[in-house]
Amino acid sequence: MRRFILEGLIGRALTETAPGPDAEALEQIAASLSARARKRLGRSLAIRQVDAGSCNGCELEINALSNPYYDLERFGLHFVASPRHADVLMVTGPVTRNMAEALQRTYNAMPAPKWVITVGDCALDGGCFAGSYAITGGVSDVVPVDIHVPGCPPEPVKLLSALCAMIAGN
Amino acid sequence: MSRPPKLLWTRSRDFRALPFQVSDVPPAGWTALGTLLAEGKITLLGLWAEAPGVAMALYDPATRRVAVTRVRSRRGAVPSIGASHPPAQRLERAAADLTGLRFENAPDPRPWLDHGRWDIAHPLAGGAPHPGQPPYAFLPVKGESLHQVPVGPVHAGTIEPGHFRFTAQGETVVRLEERLGYVHKGIERLMQGADLARGAELAGRVSGDSTVAYAWAFAQAAEAALEIEVPARAFFLRGIMAELERLANHLGDFGAICNDAAFSMMLAQASVLREEVLRAASDCFGHRFMRDRIVPGGVTADLSAEGASRLRALLDRIRDRFPVLVDLYDNTASLLDRTVGTGWLSPTLAGQFGAGGFVGRASGRDYDTRRDLRYAPYDMVQVEVAGRKEGDVNARVWIRIKEVEHSLGLITQMLNTLPAGPILAEPVSLGETRSGLGLVEGFRGDILAWLSLDADGRIARCHMRDPSWFQWPLLEAVIEGNIIADFPLCNKSFNCSYSGHDL
Repeated sequence: MRRFILEGLIGRALTETAPGPDAEALEQIAASLSARARKRLGRSLAIRQVDAGSCNGCELEINALSNPYYDLERFGLHFVASPRHADVLMVTGPVTRNMAEALQRTYNAMPAPKWVITVGDCALDGGCFAGSYAITGGVSDVVPVDIHVPGCPPEPVKLLSALCAMIAGN
Repeated sequence: MSRPPKLLWTRSRDFRALPFQVSDVPPAGWTALGTLLAEGKITLLGLWAEAPGVAMALYDPATRRVAVTRVRSRRGAVPSIGASHPPAQRLERAAADLTGLRFENAPDPRPWLDHGRWDIAHPLAGGAPHPGQPPYAFLPVKGESLHQVPVGPVHAGTIEPGHFRFTAQGETVVRLEERLGYVHKGIERLMQGADLARGAELAGRVSGDSTVAYAWAFAQAAEAALEIEVPARAFFLRGIMAELERLANHLGDFGAICNDAAFSMMLAQASVLREEVLRAASDCFGHRFMRDRIVPGGVTADLSAEGASRLRALLDRIRDRFPVLVDLYDNTASLLDRTVGTGWLSPTLAGQFGAGGFVGRASGRDYDTRRDLRYAPYDMVQVEVAGRKEGDVNARVWIRIKEVEHSLGLITQMLNTLPAGPILAEPVSLGETRSGLGLVEGFRGDILAWLSLDADGRIARCHMRDPSWFQWPLLEAVIEGNIIADFPLCNKSFNCSYSGHDL
């Protein structure tokens, strides 16, 4: 145990320089939220993640954001357990019909102002599951979406870049 | 009781190279097979609806052979295997939801994947408009001073959705009932009529953490059905990808289990190693999870000489770093206090359910597809299988530790003997209906892929069975008598797939 503490104190941090804010995400945010709302949210955002039918690939990359290489919390961004504590709803998956109500209720439980960020190709329009009887066809069919991060799954750097865009304007 | 029917039992080397011969049995023979399963003489590998009835894959551990058998439905019904052999129950409930088949004498007739929210009912049987459904009836619980804790489908962390209904007496769990199906995407229906390329795309998205193993199982089934000669180099590259996937997942689980015992430093340390595996995979094969890299006929990404040395450097780094973490795990009493003796799975149950992966191997079930139903390239390298008997969270952690070490060795062996040559053979349809079976050892256990192709080489039926089907029910057994606070620990030590199960 001592070895790890010493390494942590003396050694070089693994955490990498943050990527710049994603230009496209920046535009999407500017369009979707007023300056006043952004000011109120400040630079610290609480994120509630909901898997609405993903293959769990996106969850793995979202979890990777917390590893020492990306260290999401240094930006004031953190994941919270309850939607009532959240500013941002992060949704993955094509929204299965069996999950649509749970997603809707999670969104409703969040206080305004709130953002929705969708992650992964299938969250946009169902992706490779489009046309199935078991999915609704994308997150925007169920809740309003502000930013979309494409990829199958998007790499953590891309996710980080989109999240940086959310706090950049504030 | 009637005698069990004669089945065509096939050796691994035969069913991996040739189309699979299905043994048709009458209803009485089907029931007799249920008895044989209940007696533990053979192991259930999978059960799925396939017109004009139900099919079942079986494994005979004594001879290491596999059989696929089918019973024809009569007036929309077949005898229930679940009536005598509980591991088949959820598979039968799922098959009933998807096709409308009735399972005679099934002990649990409740729906499973169908939550009454689809537009159509029985999607694999044409799909009539859905008539709607009464609310799901959870099992009744009786007793003094019991309370219930419903959890999910939306959980507190970044994990997949599912519902857990705990009944507790004070802090102690007296019953856990799972309700799954929330991430059902209708993959089996999407597979119908698709070509092989589309099938491989979908197979790789059944469970994201096992995308390599799923794509491989699907490719195996297609290659056996169409008798495709896969180049030797492709086999080795598949093996390297699969072991990288196992490494990444086991490292992630190791950290996450410790984190659920509030030892967050291990998560930070292990997630660094996991990240380094994913980065190496991305550098060598062009995708962090190596998704869409395995296709029927071979692989789509070759490994360059620089790639090979990149992998060797990764292996050295893990060999250097991982033992320190293992040492820390083994010498932290407060951590072992949480994992030792917690979430005990009896060897009897592990055997009865044919539990794969670390769940089975930590409870004395000595089975690994890579050794017992060998497939290339594992027939050309030395495969070690980890085993423990204690069956607790600690044992499941230790199986993962050992398998990390074994995977490092396997990748080294494969890099040392990597043959040169092409990496892909184009699949060609043979103008007749064909079926093939794929069985691959993913990180959480054996993944089964059953594929029937029509005369044009399109998919008539594809069923993929995740190892979680036989592990989820065991989690219900394991948590009994433990405190609710230990559930995350037990759950993470199982790490079942929701998406792979719900399909």
